[in-house]
Amino acid sequence: MKRFDVLVIGGGPAGMAAAIAASDRGASVLLVERDVRLGGILNQCIHAGFGLHYFGEELTGPEYADRFEKKLAEKNVTVMLGAMALSVGEDGETVVLSPDEGLVHLKAGAVVLAMGCRERTAGAIALAGTRPAGIYTAGMAQKMCNIEGYLVGRRIVILGSGDIGLIMARRMTLEGAHVERVIELMPYSGGLKRNIVQCLDDFGIPINYSHTVTRVVGKPRMAGLYYAPVDENRKPVLSEEKFVECDCLLLSVGLIPENDILTGSGVKLDRVTSGALVDENRMTTVPGVFSCGNVLHVHDLVDNVSHESEIAGAAAADYALGRMSGTEGKICSVGVGRGVRYALPQRVHGGEGSVEIFFRTDNVYKNCKVVAECGGRVLWSKKRMIVAPGEMEKITLDKKDIDGDVTVRLEI
Amino acid sequence: MGCAVADRLARSRVSVCLLEAGDDVAVGATRANSGIVHAGYDCTPGTLKARFNVRGNAMIWQLAEQLGVPALKCGSLVVAPAGGEEGLAELKRRADLNGVRAEILSREQALAVEPMLADGVTAALYAPDAGVVSPYQLAIALADRAAVNGVEVVTEAPVTALGKRDGVFCADTPKGKFEAKVVVNCAGASASRINAMLGAETYEEEFRKGEYYVLDHTERTNVSTVIFPLPTAAGKGILVAPTADGNVIYGPTSRPTVEDDTAVDAEGLEEIRRSVPLTYSRPAFNKCIRVYCGVRTAVGEDFVVQPSEKAEGLIVTAGICSPGLTSAPAIAEYVEELVGERLTLLPKEDYIEIPPRSPRLEELSEEKLNALIAKDRRWGKIVCRCEKVTEAEIVAAVHSPVPARTVDAVKRRVRAGMGRCQGGFCSTRVMEIISEELGIPMREIRKGAGHSEIAVLAVKEADDEKI
Repeated sequence: MKRFDVLVIGGGPAGMAAAIAASDRGASVLLVERDVRLGGILNQCIHAGFGLHYFGEELTGPEYADRFEKKLAEKNVTVMLGAMALSVGEDGETVVLSPDEGLVHLKAGAVVLAMGCRERTAGAIALAGTRPAGIYTAGMAQKMCNIEGYLVGRRIVILGSGDIGLIMARRMTLEGAHVERVIELMPYSGGLKRNIVQCLDDFGIPINYSHTVTRVVGKPRMAGLYYAPVDENRKPVLSEEKFVECDCLLLSVGLIPENDILTGSGVKLDRVTSGALVDENRMTTVPGVFSCGNVLHVHDLVDNVSHESEIAGAAAADYALGRMSGTEGKICSVGVGRGVRYALPQRVHGGEGSVEIFFRTDNVYKNCKVVAECGGRVLWSKKRMIVAPGEMEKITLDKKDIDGDVTVRLEI
Repeated sequence: MGCAVADRLARSRVSVCLLEAGDDVAVGATRANSGIVHAGYDCTPGTLKARFNVRGNAMIWQLAEQLGVPALKCGSLVVAPAGGEEGLAELKRRADLNGVRAEILSREQALAVEPMLADGVTAALYAPDAGVVSPYQLAIALADRAAVNGVEVVTEAPVTALGKRDGVFCADTPKGKFEAKVVVNCAGASASRINAMLGAETYEEEFRKGEYYVLDHTERTNVSTVIFPLPTAAGKGILVAPTADGNVIYGPTSRPTVEDDTAVDAEGLEEIRRSVPLTYSRPAFNKCIRVYCGVRTAVGEDFVVQPSEKAEGLIVTAGICSPGLTSAPAIAEYVEELVGERLTLLPKEDYIEIPPRSPRLEELSEEKLNALIAKDRRWGKIVCRCEKVTEAEIVAAVHSPVPARTVDAVKRRVRAGMGRCQGGFCSTRVMEIISEELGIPMREIRKGAGHSEIAVLAVKEADDEKI
């Protein structure tokens, strides 16, 4: 098989943006995608709201994907569809299985990981009760509805208020199903504020914060579930358990970067994000292996995925072509302090230009101050009316100010 | 149990029918247990349990090998805290009487076998002949081999009436009437109910439920043997074990319940969370991908395996709780003997001992895989990404001798949907494959038993229906 400068694993929004950026820097690119079409999860996201930042207009998921797909077609990018990457080795050698090529070992000058994420399941949260038909992740229900054309329930409860869950509350309602309620363990939503308003409030769907599902009943089909408020340790208060009749429970209880093929690659993962540890070029701890999009950390907006992936794709091309620059400066770690769950990239180089640091808070905070500091000096600070874990935050730092480890924290 | 008996009888020139109430074989206790191949040191010497366990252990490894069923003879440790020496010595005494290899290890010796034992463990009993097998895959493989050799396997055929006239039994089921000269009752939890239809012995059944955690493959490197606590009156205790498919399980609890109550209770999960750290130092509940619960049926202290004294021609198996899985091949061997006292069992000349079987992706060399893909593209299409299952394997499962007609039946045969995403990504594709291959409309594809359809409505249809 032909040797490529850059191998991109995954043909969703991250992979497509990375491949285009790498090609624009003069690299020959191979993109492998396991599905029979490009676009990834965007294909099943038929609602609008994509592209407001990137394109300055509101697009549906398939439209957003289509724009990148068209751009990709003009570039020096070879696309392998139906091709699943099985493993990435220590030297970046990637084993791919495809019906057209068989099992092949691919080597490229650089590899961009863009495999996206998966949903946490009923099993992962050790959901109690029976295990009947009717319990699905919100994403699977979305695929059944928007791609296959079927509804997975008539009377629905949604556990978790992640964005997909909120979107599906609206979607199932529009399709004529009855969404009984959304139940959220935390005292706040894990999704975007705009989705709470547009998907729940506008349709009169109630949400119970600080509640959880205690058990599911019925088999072989779900007959209902019990739910209860939780105490300060997030343990259900069983004396206040209530029953709701329903035939379907959709789960929107978190997304996990899907880095499973990296076992044996030497790529170090961040315990908080479950994605790779990267520098500002999105290069992992293995030189020449880059990571971007939801496989790196879970984003709220695809627009941010595209931007991030362009950074990774361009840097991968530069690495493969032997002209990586801007990495001569001192490498410093980016850590977090009070109120911040994670910050990314986890490492930055000092030197010229600027660097954007993305972070998520660990709770909802009102009237706080975001502070980035280095060796006791405040590099950046700004007052904020409200910050929430469901909305990714961003700050921009001057690289020439960075001469030691950086900490991002909140003053509450 | 029924699959093992059917498989055994399939070797002879008798016509055999396997009636199964569920939507697939292996959907009762076989679907949800620990999958442990017990060595046999625990059983009271002289009991049927001791006899069949020891003989079954010797048989089951060969069966698994022959039929390509995942199995691993990884050994087991019964670990004891200070003061538990007497308990271990008693197990060792039984092991000797039962003819089972076992030795008592010091903490240091035990750590050499299993490095992550809990701090409180001071000694252990090591049994090298114990291990794990995939219980449902074993039963399915036995049913498949039986079917290949002429056994009629009828699913969703609960026996609603059973009588005997002129020396011939007649069973009524929703799938029709079936006549036979000999009936082997392998109905598990329903054993008494079936016996009662013939006026035969009934038993006082005791049902105990057992919850489990299943952990991701990534945890497998941390657990290499089956780790038991010291047994108590309630059973063998909450274990930590690898599974034959490369996961790790924690469980089971042992709590009194009623028949068919397979709901996971929060208190059961809590009990496991409390118990595991007593034997194992690195519990990883955050790696959980699934919880489940099985129900075991006991009738008294021992297995019941005997001809009915009240209904001639009826052979009864009942109370086949632990070590039932290990014992099943040996019980089936004995049942064959009992059937042979009533029917002439002549060997089939065209008996197929090793039926052709579709390989699993992981078993194939690169050359073999590429040769298969060149002939059939479906070998190159991964459907289940977590367990790496190809479309070709799923199609083969759908067309296997005992065909997989539901999403869960596919899952039990080839593990599509058994991994960390729990079918989130592949279920729709599995449904499409079943639909295409068997000509079942998508709306009628079921998760498992009864009305467990997944696509309950077509889009735009809901408007016309009152919800």
